[in-house]
Amino acid sequence: MDPKLINDCVHCGFCLPTCPTYVLWGEEMDSPRGRIHLMKQHVEGTPVTPEMAGHFDACLGCMACVTACPSGVRYDRLIELTRVEVERRHERDPQERAVRGIVFSLFPYPRRLRLTRPVTPLARRMAGYVGRANPSLGAMAALTPRVERRERLPRVVRARGERRAVVGMLLGCVQREFFPQVNAATARVLSMEGCDVVIPPRQGCCGALSVHAGREEQARRLARRTVRVFERAGVNTVVVNSAGCGSSMKEYGELLGEEPGFEVRDLSEFLAELGPVAERHPLPLTVAYHDACHLAHAQGVRSQPRELLAGIPGLEVREIPESAICCGSAGTYNIFRPEAARDLGDRKAKAVGSTGAELLVSANPGCTMQIAAAMRRAGDDIRVAHMAEVLDASLRGVGL
Amino acid sequence: METLTAALLSVLPRDSVITDPVRLRTYECDGLTYHRATPGVVVLPATAEQVARVVRLCNDFGVPFVARGAGTGLSGGALPREDGVLIVTSKMRAILEIDLPNRRAVVEPGVTNLAITEAVREQGYYYAPDPSSQQVCSIGGNVAENSGGAHCLKYGFTVNHVEACEIVTPDGDLVTLDRMDPGYDLLGAFIGSEGTLGIATKITVRLSRAPEAVTTVLAAYESIEQGGQAVSEIIGAGIVPAAIEMMDALAIEAAEAAVACSYPEGAGAVLIVELDGPAAEVERQFARLREICAGAFELRVAADAAERAAIWKGRKSAFAAVGRISPAYIVQDGVVPRTALPGVLAAIDRISAEHGIRVANVFHAGDGNLHPLVLFDDAEPGAGERAEVVSGAILDLCIEHGGSITGEHGVGVDKARYMPRMFSETDLDTMQLVRCAFDPEGLANPGKVFPTPRLCGEVPGVRKGVHPLVESGKAEQF
Repeated sequence: MDPKLINDCVHCGFCLPTCPTYVLWGEEMDSPRGRIHLMKQHVEGTPVTPEMAGHFDACLGCMACVTACPSGVRYDRLIELTRVEVERRHERDPQERAVRGIVFSLFPYPRRLRLTRPVTPLARRMAGYVGRANPSLGAMAALTPRVERRERLPRVVRARGERRAVVGMLLGCVQREFFPQVNAATARVLSMEGCDVVIPPRQGCCGALSVHAGREEQARRLARRTVRVFERAGVNTVVVNSAGCGSSMKEYGELLGEEPGFEVRDLSEFLAELGPVAERHPLPLTVAYHDACHLAHAQGVRSQPRELLAGIPGLEVREIPESAICCGSAGTYNIFRPEAARDLGDRKAKAVGSTGAELLVSANPGCTMQIAAAMRRAGDDIRVAHMAEVLDASLRGVGL
Repeated sequence: METLTAALLSVLPRDSVITDPVRLRTYECDGLTYHRATPGVVVLPATAEQVARVVRLCNDFGVPFVARGAGTGLSGGALPREDGVLIVTSKMRAILEIDLPNRRAVVEPGVTNLAITEAVREQGYYYAPDPSSQQVCSIGGNVAENSGGAHCLKYGFTVNHVEACEIVTPDGDLVTLDRMDPGYDLLGAFIGSEGTLGIATKITVRLSRAPEAVTTVLAAYESIEQGGQAVSEIIGAGIVPAAIEMMDALAIEAAEAAVACSYPEGAGAVLIVELDGPAAEVERQFARLREICAGAFELRVAADAAERAAIWKGRKSAFAAVGRISPAYIVQDGVVPRTALPGVLAAIDRISAEHGIRVANVFHAGDGNLHPLVLFDDAEPGAGERAEVVSGAILDLCIEHGGSITGEHGVGVDKARYMPRMFSETDLDTMQLVRCAFDPEGLANPGKVFPTPRLCGEVPGVRKGVHPLVESGKAEQF
């Protein structure tokens, strides 16, 4: 690991109040500043102890500290490199290894995920029992959403009206299998805004989950494949509707050592740049907009989704207090660290509840599942929708 | 230490006592990384009673203890003791009571400075002292350091905004010091005592009414002298702004790199002046301010809260932002009379050139509180030492001009050695008497504030015989 990246930290502590685990536990070792100190110890020769690995594993990778840092510390790079190091040097206990094995041979593979669709209702009902045997598997079972009918998207969705752009579209893994209606809405919105949408059928996982867990080889393999697929499709821009995927794809250059032949844009970011042409029909709703960490902190996309929502007549956007603090979903975090994730989820549910909004809008499937589950626990059920679904409803003039 | 740890575990939950060496090391320094020491053991109490029990155990075992809040201090005040206990208040962060009719809030020490303001902002109140680290630093640490901030020019320091403190005394008693107590102002003595007189466990702060009007102005000057001249004229005109801050070109460069604050290009100095109060008064002062700042090549007036925040952003992030233009730096803190500003700044320039060490200047110009940032590359052999020399020479300058070695960061471990330059032996001994009255065993944050830690009752080194105050029967040596 590059000691220079570590030495950029001047120990000012501005990251502490933005760090979800510091907010929960108030301990230095579970703050970005403390974790960087642990990295420093390791670089200076201290081996990765189980305690040390535990503090790195406890990091959600939400990158709120990157936003807060006045010294420009690349904590995102640091924690990724550290995770690779932990995977290499740290022997996890057998049960933990088994759960990680299941997760990483399931989630990045849409076809395998598809096989689980029929058993999801059962999984949700069994969550309590499974949780007693293994909290991680229990959390996974509890999170599974009600699956919608699968929608097969064509290879190309033509622009309605005058063509203003040609874009590729990433389907994602969880998004594709559990939230197919979000992908369908995304394609419709892009088309209604004048885009030819190219959807390569052979695309797989972008590698985000693996990058964030330090599984470097798997990450590279999946990333290379994704680059190949979209380069062959001949698009200059790939639009992504899942924040975690988008942020990883924007960093392909760093992961693979060369920039891919296309640019990556989050859906909101792209639509804001393109400018609206399609007519917005009124949606009389109050919505709370949730900043996904990998959108707000990792990609710096905050104003665009708010502007898009504000552009819908009749729709009122409410801000969620403490919006910069992670909801606890964080990729696979709510599976591997179910307790901490639950605490953060409850905290977020309370904040969302305080807005009194009817609908929660987010741009990441993980956040949506996590917050919806927390709101259900609190008995304060709220409807959730992806940004794309809200825009789609407004553009088509149908209710949500 | 093992027997003490066992005893600590009998009064605290298992996960509130840290003994793992790797974890302990993350507590080895606060915001000042130049001094480091791995604490013997770290405890994270959740209640005042737990703090008192820990302190009593320290007394039983004769082990020193150091208190720590968020660990953002810049004078090493929370530097741990290798043979001691570090008591961290970061789990004590509840706002216990908000009493708007009486304009008070009761909070635990780990609550951040800004959290208090956020809790009452909607009702039109705020907590006035605003150190630059206000979103991080804890109110307990603010009390220990008597923290200031940009707006202290008009509103005063922490000491002016704390009504009462529940403290654990160095021998483990839980007592309350109240501003309204008749007799000696013990609360006044406690605030700013840098952890040497006990640990605050509950703090009653005063809430201030948000001003009716606020006008924030950014004035860009070609040189620091012109900026300094404007400061003198503003004060001379009888205006007491809420804040007058100045940054020089190097500090602007750093802030620009960090937060893209878009200050006017090519400025040798920027002045941030904030006026607040009743609308009519602010308006009148603003008209006068405009005349005084006629020499500025650009004058920006914030149109709304967002623009005001944008102006302040550069200033508030300046310390940490310097990390963008230099691998390492020392944040210095000194005070000079306002009128001496131009001379002192010129002298700092000379010292900087002599040693080949860059110095960026950020300061609370209104009250002459300088924050020179001494920049160096710690990879370059000898650079750290030269930076230390420059940093010390700046403090000498402050003393020479009748100022002080610290405005608001405290003495801590970093400046203890400068105390004899500012105070006579007799002065220091008198301070020791106060300290000994609270802490006869010398267990509370020893080694801080005073250059040579003495046991109470020990005869001072240089002086022969007893202290004159003791001799005259005015004080008792414990």
